[in-house]
Amino acid sequence: MENTMTLTLKVWRQNGPTETGRFETYKVDDISPDMSFLEMFDVLNESLINSGEEPIEVASDCREGICGTCGCMINGRAHGPEKATATCQLHMRKFKDGDTIVVEPWQAASFPVIKDLVVDRSPLDRIIEAGGYITVPTGSAPDANLIPVPKDAADTAFDAAACIGCGACVAACPNSAAQLFTSAKVQHLNLLPQGQAERWSRTEDMVETMEEYFGSCTNHGECHEACPKEIPLDFIAYTNRDYVKSKRKNRKLLGQIS
Amino acid sequence: MAQTKTRSVPQPIRKRPKQLPFPLNLYQSAIGRKWVMAVSGIVLLGFVVTHMIGNLHLYEGPLEIHEYAETLRNLGTDIIPRTWLLWGVRLLLIVAFVVHIHSAYSLKEMGRKANTRANYADGNKKYAASQDFIAANYASRTMRWTGPIILLYLVFHLADLTWGWLSEDWHLGDPYNNVVVSMGNIGVALIYIVANVALAIHIFHGTWSLFQSLGINNPKFNQARKILASSLAGLVLVGNLSFPIAVQTGLIDQDNCEAPCGLTAVEAEEGHE
Amino acid sequence: MIGELRSRTPDGPIDEKWESHKFNMKLVNPANKRKFEIIVVGTGLAGASAAATLGELGYKVKAFTYHDSPRRAHSIAAQGGINGAKNYQNDGDSVHRLFYDTVKGGDYRSRESNVHRLAEVSLNIIDQCVGQGVPFAREYGGLLDNRSFGGAQVSRTFYARGQTGQQLLLGAYSALMRQVSAGTVELHTRSEMLDLIVHEGTAQGIVVRDLITGDIRSHTAHAVVLATGGYGNVYYLSTNAMMCNVTAGWRAHRRGALFANPCYTQIHPTCIPASDEFQSKLTLMSESLRNDGRIWVPREHDEVRSASDVPNIDRYYYLEEKYPSFGNLVPRDVASRNAKTVVDQGLGVGDLKNGVYLDFADAIARDGEDSIRERYGNLFQMYERITGEDPYKTPMRIYPATHYTMGGMWVDYELMSNVPGLFVVGEANFSDHGANRLGASALMQGLADGYFVLPYTIGNYLAPLLGQDPLSENDATCGNVVNEVAERTQKWLSINGTRSVDWFHRELGKLVWNYIGMERDKNGLEKALSEIPALREEFQKDVRVLGSGDSLNSSLEKVGRVADFFELAELKARDALEREESCGGHFRTESQTPEGEALRDDENFAHVAAWEWGGSSDTSILHKEELEFEHVPLTQRSYK
Repeated sequence: MENTMTLTLKVWRQNGPTETGRFETYKVDDISPDMSFLEMFDVLNESLINSGEEPIEVASDCREGICGTCGCMINGRAHGPEKATATCQLHMRKFKDGDTIVVEPWQAASFPVIKDLVVDRSPLDRIIEAGGYITVPTGSAPDANLIPVPKDAADTAFDAAACIGCGACVAACPNSAAQLFTSAKVQHLNLLPQGQAERWSRTEDMVETMEEYFGSCTNHGECHEACPKEIPLDFIAYTNRDYVKSKRKNRKLLGQIS
Repeated sequence: MAQTKTRSVPQPIRKRPKQLPFPLNLYQSAIGRKWVMAVSGIVLLGFVVTHMIGNLHLYEGPLEIHEYAETLRNLGTDIIPRTWLLWGVRLLLIVAFVVHIHSAYSLKEMGRKANTRANYADGNKKYAASQDFIAANYASRTMRWTGPIILLYLVFHLADLTWGWLSEDWHLGDPYNNVVVSMGNIGVALIYIVANVALAIHIFHGTWSLFQSLGINNPKFNQARKILASSLAGLVLVGNLSFPIAVQTGLIDQDNCEAPCGLTAVEAEEGHE
Repeated sequence: MIGELRSRTPDGPIDEKWESHKFNMKLVNPANKRKFEIIVVGTGLAGASAAATLGELGYKVKAFTYHDSPRRAHSIAAQGGINGAKNYQNDGDSVHRLFYDTVKGGDYRSRESNVHRLAEVSLNIIDQCVGQGVPFAREYGGLLDNRSFGGAQVSRTFYARGQTGQQLLLGAYSALMRQVSAGTVELHTRSEMLDLIVHEGTAQGIVVRDLITGDIRSHTAHAVVLATGGYGNVYYLSTNAMMCNVTAGWRAHRRGALFANPCYTQIHPTCIPASDEFQSKLTLMSESLRNDGRIWVPREHDEVRSASDVPNIDRYYYLEEKYPSFGNLVPRDVASRNAKTVVDQGLGVGDLKNGVYLDFADAIARDGEDSIRERYGNLFQMYERITGEDPYKTPMRIYPATHYTMGGMWVDYELMSNVPGLFVVGEANFSDHGANRLGASALMQGLADGYFVLPYTIGNYLAPLLGQDPLSENDATCGNVVNEVAERTQKWLSINGTRSVDWFHRELGKLVWNYIGMERDKNGLEKALSEIPALREEFQKDVRVLGSGDSLNSSLEKVGRVADFFELAELKARDALEREESCGGHFRTESQTPEGEALRDDENFAHVAAWEWGGSSDTSILHKEELEFEHVPLTQRSYK
């Protein structure tokens, strides 16, 4: 490989949730532009191990931008400079030889650092637990084609369902709000006919659980820019609407249907 | 084997409040507060726009602006006593103002708690690398500055032109004179200009944002929301800035007084007859 | 020693076996279900669906995943779709046809009864997923859309853009989280199973390491379900996720469970070739690309012109020339092997000469760039993001990569391994795909096992255990296993050698890819059997794992996984050597038709090779389960 790069990395290192962290500076040579950002970390870690230093913990799994395991702040941008791209799909050709790159973990009160660049995002699971499902015990579902779903509704639901749960929205948000994640999850189900029965209780439960853990949205729109799946802000608006409606409903008399 | 070490898991940073009866429970949630902020924002925005339009009477002259003020006081007199409706509106505005400010403050507070972090010395900053904001524009990130500026300005404005605490030349019932006296001072004019720029920035983000908060959203008119926000902000900006500028440039001047200077418009009117 | 392998397949006509077996199985009274504890390891499609369903039934379930959330399991990365014999397209599909296609596609090395059951429950899976809100593609009338996939003659594949696996997993995950909130499932994240507890001949628990605190402890239950995925990462480079591993299954194997057909691996033909030594994984692109792309390499070894400047006469469209009727749409294994052949001949393209062209120029000229963009826009974007090349202008470069492993833990008709109480579901077992897997069948099998098979069959095992408590975690057996695991963990930290875990994994991967990859021969396999143990010995002496065992330490996690890959690799070579025939994903160069097709030897090898751990990696004992084909006549494949 001819045109390799030399980079300076300023990486956040922290031993545990309660420990004090610090920035460490590393120099990496021979970085090919075809490498992914995480492969660059693999190279750095290998050289750290060879020199007897503990490697940097950086989370990743599928490395194809779908599992949502990876993610760090790269030069102050969640998932780095390329739009609609998770950290694992970011390639080094987006950087220039000689660049200094600052790498930090996601930051939010509810995302404590586990070690180095790895954070605990389990509050996102708590939100799903609160109502991010349709109650359909195995075996009880009717025939799949019994309820036609308008194509547009199915497509919009999919746009919401594309969320990979990486937490970039929370990381990028000046308020550390999880509105985009929660709204994507709420609207995926609220937009489908199958999700109507639990629509109002789901919205209420998920939003209120979200508010226990995260800050509040003030409509900056940073989350959408950081989102590797480009989930639209409109879902946040839909959820705001559904939430206020849910409070108004007298479900005992009216049933759940809007 | 007994478990030796337990793992710490993230705990809620805010306790779920005990539900009050509807509609008070709306205000217990952040989304409800945003909704309240949007609705009160609409009320305040309506006030700002009508106030600006009403003030255009200044360009017609002292009598006209005086008559306009009288019309406001006389609103609804067919049914209720004089100034009652005006006071009703004022009351509504005060309530809107209070909830607007309280909801803004408490939402910001929630965000601050959710951001709490021990690692960096600078507690306000989320990241060491300066965060590269893309969508969050200047307007959205300065709401917490433009807001207080507007509040201070409001107090000043009331003291200046409504209560007349700041000048001996202030006369009850002669708005034209009061405006000229006040804004004739270059310092005061600058205060008005700065404050109204802040107001316009605030309105720009507020207008775009209120659709989002109220959930009246549709991808089809997302573009139109931006246009609406900037034209409303622009309208208010141009209208309100024109007054101090007009006074400073002499477009609005005591010379235009049809009445002898120093008399209130009421007296002038009487004298005229 | 293990006696004769009994698949416990029920008697009766093939299409009534499952129905009658369900009736004949013992039931657990609803009120008694809460008295049974079940451990489910892994929360991918199979694990999450099993844990959720068992929870719904009322069992006390403990689910374990080494991820931070169940939703991260690698099922999420499946792109293509899921088969279901719904026949919504009215094109002649049926349960029997799906059954038939799957047995034939598996090159007659799967168990007919299992496959038929899979085809039967495929109908329920689609219903279940739609009910959960999986946003499958729909027609304008609002009904479900289907496409034909992987050369199938009928349109039976349901899909959700290119993210079917993600959407199905999110469905199963949501069902699982519902049970977590209902309290029937206790979820343990970032907890890796490192051993199986076998007490008095039955599986009664597992030993788990908490990846954050390093705490090692046992969990016991009435039954253990492994849903731990495939072992494709034994190749180092594969389309599997970085953390996919064989450890759970392998540790069960070392405790007595049989490992079946380890040599069966599916190599996917359309992946993006490695760009350098530090390539960490390979990315798959949907096979649908072959519908419009033409595959070629230059005819000359030292071609220097850029792809678009090479005139037609100098291009070698090898698939179209060799297989005129199927052309670029030959099955996965044929496409993969041919790519290897031309690259081995030195005709490869790209800087490292490690790929072949997949060219859309003709399709773009024919249908226009817009219509190609509509069909493959996402994939082209993904390709450009990874390689920096624009596939609308220059042809894509592709090369095969390991994708799926058909082999796995041996299980009977009830999905129970030979160790009573140990159930294995999903890709981790060997059961339904034979020697090769049809496109869009992996998701189907994972969900079939988890939603509709295991929840029934596990009751048959549990019912007689009513009244027994699970093994006490203070029992000596548990203590011993916990100590073994702790010692093993400590051992890795104390070696302090000179090379990283990744270095050894990469070297192992090269050996496995070269000798037990797309083409295998006696010579190479014997070499593998001498070189792998040599490398393993070096690994055990010279690996360097830094840090401590009481905090997050991914090198420490990985070293144990690679150690198990070493042993598996050896078994894989042994199994491939033993199977002196070609079938599906297993191609022995000694056994091919004159046209270079895989040539089966049904006389001698129509069996499942189930290996028993013999105490060390070179003493494995082979057991055979003979396969009978009553409903699908044995025929030789031909794609000419």
